[in-house]
Amino acid sequence: MAEDQNKILDEVTGGEYKYGFHSDIDMETIPKGLSEDVVRIISAKKNEPEWMLEFRLKAYRHWQTMTTPDWAHLNIPEIDFQDIIFYAAPKKKPELESMDEVDPDLVATFEKLGIPLDEQKVLAGVAVDAVIDSVSVKTTYKETLAEKGIIFCSISEAIQEFPDLVKKYLGSVVPHGDNYFAALNAAVFSDGSFVYIPKGVRCPMELSTYFRINAINTGQFERTLIVADDDSYVSYLEGCTAPMRDENQLHAAIVEIVTMERAEVKYSTVQNWYPGDKDGKGGIFNFVTKRAICKGDYSKVMWTQVETGSAVTWKYPSCVLQGDHSVGEFYSVAVTNNHQQADTGTKMIHLGKNTRSLIVSKGVSAGKSQNSYRGLVKVAKKAENARNFSQCDSLLLGDQCGAHTFPYLEIVNNTAKVEHEATTSKIGEDQIFYCNQRGMSTEDAVGLIVNGYVKEVINQLPMEFAVEAQKLLQISLEGSVG
Amino acid sequence: MLVIKDLHAKIDNKEILRGINLEVKPGEVHCIMGPNGSGKSTLSSVLAGNDKFEVCEGSATFNGKDLLDLAPEDRAREGLFLSFQYPVEIPGVSMVNFMRTAVNEHRKYRGDEPCSASEFLKLMRDKKKMVEIDSNLTNRSVNEGFSGGEKKKNEIFQMAMLEPKLAILDETDSGLDIDALRVVANGVNKLKSSDNATIVITHYQRLLDHIVPDFVHVLYKGRIVKSAGKELALELEEKGYDWIKKEFED
Ligand SMILES: Nc1ncnc2c1ncn2[C@@H]1O[C@H](COP(=O)(O)OP(=O)(O)OP(=O)(O)O)[C@@H](O)[C@H]1O
Ligand SMILES: [Mg+2]
Repeated sequence: MAEDQNKILDEVTGGEYKYGFHSDIDMETIPKGLSEDVVRIISAKKNEPEWMLEFRLKAYRHWQTMTTPDWAHLNIPEIDFQDIIFYAAPKKKPELESMDEVDPDLVATFEKLGIPLDEQKVLAGVAVDAVIDSVSVKTTYKETLAEKGIIFCSISEAIQEFPDLVKKYLGSVVPHGDNYFAALNAAVFSDGSFVYIPKGVRCPMELSTYFRINAINTGQFERTLIVADDDSYVSYLEGCTAPMRDENQLHAAIVEIVTMERAEVKYSTVQNWYPGDKDGKGGIFNFVTKRAICKGDYSKVMWTQVETGSAVTWKYPSCVLQGDHSVGEFYSVAVTNNHQQADTGTKMIHLGKNTRSLIVSKGVSAGKSQNSYRGLVKVAKKAENARNFSQCDSLLLGDQCGAHTFPYLEIVNNTAKVEHEATTSKIGEDQIFYCNQRGMSTEDAVGLIVNGYVKEVINQLPMEFAVEAQKLLQISLEGSVG
Repeated sequence: MLVIKDLHAKIDNKEILRGINLEVKPGEVHCIMGPNGSGKSTLSSVLAGNDKFEVCEGSATFNGKDLLDLAPEDRAREGLFLSFQYPVEIPGVSMVNFMRTAVNEHRKYRGDEPCSASEFLKLMRDKKKMVEIDSNLTNRSVNEGFSGGEKKKNEIFQMAMLEPKLAILDETDSGLDIDALRVVANGVNKLKSSDNATIVITHYQRLLDHIVPDFVHVLYKGRIVKSAGKELALELEEKGYDWIKKEFED
């Protein structure tokens, strides 16, 4: 780990966003704007069955009746939905046998990002379902998974091949009426991933999808659905980068997770979208609805996220703890710099008896950024002996940034035990000087201290992801001190 | 090795160092003594490059380079080490990571490859043995929750890891128990060679029984007011500072 860390520290030079480039992959786009026709076109282009079109239209009609949400602690310009392209697919969607057949431009893009679509990574045990813009282009290692009865494919494919499963669970955790962006996503989602782990199966590898926004002015609306049947286990990784852009880009994804009896799902995210330049221009708007339902008794969901990107992040991965003895955990690092705004946190909804939840949130703010934690712990009437522990720490770099903590409690069962701890700290000049005196530059010192501060969360990530995450932390705090 | 000429430094417009002159040659051990608040720690901070203090006059060269022109990390990489009077706690950062980063930064500066994991662990093991530091300490976060004496030992351990050309030990003996004092002094002596030099800042002769200085200087009100051989320390131990203050005021 230490070696990686040093490699990372060495790699960090220059202050601009490293992954800001745009590859010229042919896009088949439809005109800008949103209407019922656009929804129909999207559905038709994807050759969807009638029920899916109905699903979309219902959501679209509902969305029309909704107004943009109250922006919490965020300052957001008006979004013009008629100026967004709602669907883009790489042209000539081919059926590919091997990597040789993949558009070389696309491969080059992946390589620039260091995305492990190559053989080495496959050997390392990561199956990659790469989403470029909207359509899955390539899925690896599907056969190995298929042997165990595991389904890991694009959601479009799942709609065609496993309609019963999709029909049963899609929208069951996040219904379209849930919020403005959930409705929008349900109407126009382009693609995403589908995972089904059958009863008693432990998924033998980390499942990983790399999302990437790649077409100018194309809103990205992924939809991910993970279903873990009784006694199953899966660890799922999501990571993303985006090319440098001048206009704000909208992203509104939905992730739904369902765990049955004694099943366990680990969902890890490293989010590195373009945050805008030093003046806050450009950058991705990231409004994500992520929710898990622990349906079965003794089931468990763990969200781990490292958020360094986006101009605006609005995201609260949540757990509905329905099964008795079910467990929800949330580990989060949110880093904001320059003019970034993040409003993230979690919701733990205790419905079943003896349910437990743990929240560990680490905010790091630098520059002129605003970083808010918003967490809801709800204990329902029937949730006897529910337990929650929340730890919310904020680390400030400089004195122009802000950190805010908003814990909300709704408890209607008096056997509940809920604890909340919060700390705010600053990196001290004496700490930096101490590191300087041992031969470290100020930037490296900050990287070291920040990585130490977030260790508890990073440790929850799978190894290769942890390394990536440390690198991102370092990059995103460049130029924030000294 | 180190040449300080007429060095003046201030903080908040208050002049603390008021014309320091000092020369340290390779192989030498210098001891700086002086009443509380006379500017000993300020001098070490200024040499290490703490920008809290503003240098307003004078010069300091280190191995021919203008020390005051170098960033603090470059002074360290050039071989200047400060054992802090009050070592800083860095919660969450493991000693291993911390030292690894420090050692590799030094190596990079010299144009060497970074240490491999096994090389590094071996180095840690050897140095731990040398300064007799408890393994438990190096498994923890940097100085976090360390006792006063443990922090001081940890400074000497870091010194052993980095093998500086010039080490400034600011009251490394204060807070050490009798055994630890001997251990720390032994460590310092083991690291001593004809190429490196040490400046010990202390209030007590007991450390100088183990680390025998070539020169003893008395710092008073921001100036070195007296310099002599090791016998000066014994004299101070016996008579205190009053006679020097008096001499100086006259
Ligand atoms: N940050 C500061 N602000 C104001 N005055 C300071 C500051 N730091 C040091 N001083 C003053 O500078 C003077 C010298 O302090 P310094 O720490 O160098 O003394 P010292 O010789 O190391 O003393 P001791 O033997 O007690 O360690 C003292 O009067 C002290 O109060
Ligand atoms: Mg002092």
